[in-house]
Amino acid sequence: MLFGELRDFIAAQFGAEVIVSENADNLQPYLVLQTERLAEVCLELHDNEATYFDFLSSVTGIDNGPEAGTMEVVYNLYSIPYDHHLMLKVIVARNSTTAEPIPVVPTVSHIWRTADWQEREIFDLVGILFKDHPDMRRILCAADWEGHPLRKDYQLQDYYHGIKVPYDQHNENSGFRGEPVKLISHEDPFTDKREKPE
Amino acid sequence: MNIPQDKTGEGGVIITKLDDLLNWARLTSLFPMGFGLACCAIEMMGAYASGYDLDRFGIIPRASPRQSDVMIVAGTVTFKMADRVRRLYEQMPEPRYVISMGSCSNCGGPYWEHGYHVVKGVDRIIPVDVYVPGCPPRPEALIGGFLRLQEIIRQETIREPRAVQQIMAKRMKGGMNNEELIMTNEEPKISNDELGMNNDPSTSDDQQNPVT
Repeated sequence: MLFGELRDFIAAQFGAEVIVSENADNLQPYLVLQTERLAEVCLELHDNEATYFDFLSSVTGIDNGPEAGTMEVVYNLYSIPYDHHLMLKVIVARNSTTAEPIPVVPTVSHIWRTADWQEREIFDLVGILFKDHPDMRRILCAADWEGHPLRKDYQLQDYYHGIKVPYDQHNENSGFRGEPVKLISHEDPFTDKREKPE
Repeated sequence: MNIPQDKTGEGGVIITKLDDLLNWARLTSLFPMGFGLACCAIEMMGAYASGYDLDRFGIIPRASPRQSDVMIVAGTVTFKMADRVRRLYEQMPEPRYVISMGSCSNCGGPYWEHGYHVVKGVDRIIPVDVYVPGCPPRPEALIGGFLRLQEIIRQETIREPRAVQQIMAKRMKGGMNNEELIMTNEEPKISNDELGMNNDPSTSDDQQNPVT
């Protein structure tokens, strides 16, 4: 199926309002879906024999920055038997401070098991919560890490478990400069016994 | 110390200093901990293997920190790993040494500025004796680091054990600045009088020494 056919298929199954916008001009066209209906659309695309998207190539989290105030999650679907692709997007509001609620997107990990760890990685690095995910915790950073490192406005913490995090002239400042090494044995200059005869 | 290289048939008695004997025993049987973090560990394994054969220096990897003399920090130390590295170091018995192998553990390496997850030098968590530069260092460089560590051990003396110096330096940290905390063998900053003073129960801190 081509992109237009897939778009019409989704519109026919779920109504035209489920597709918020579309961009067919790209080399890789995409559909922006309603966030709360993402899971049911994905389930239908996975189960229906006409589409049969059995492979979730990748899930990507994008932070558009505090000015834009939005975050995106991009799903690249692929059907191995039909050899057709589809890119889906959802766009959610971004929280600039920890006081605001964290953006929430429904999980697709019950449809494609590969989404389990990818959604955990997006939560860890970008800070998007996946609703109904079975195990929503950090996957790469330490469990008590502060903040989400791939956000545009991420600030390093100064200390982690008493270890200074930012780079500085730490060798001079940490107090430990190693021991002065005094060599006891003499360094004999290497004498090449196989000198060429003149 | 002159160990007779040839069997002359005479002698059988060697006269040497106890310092030299102990140092010789230590520096010719440096057991590193079998422990690697990243690509430097591949070069370290190459140095252990038959091509470079660290065994000829008496360097054999051990499976437990409690049997090890030296820790080779071979690779990128992430903050997640930092706690484990520190714990492994604390499990090693004295005398213990640390070789920092490669740019990542020396100073953060390619992650020095924007790597949010990398400790900018393993000397932020444990004291380092020898730094081996390179990304990754070749096995020859690691061997060079071991030879440098042997030179350091050769200067030690049992009258001023390094471990005691380090503990004393840590205890006196409040009244000492960074210059005085540098541990040297030539000019020991802690005299015997100060050692005696701290053994006095009226001045020693009971919290720092739970045994007493």
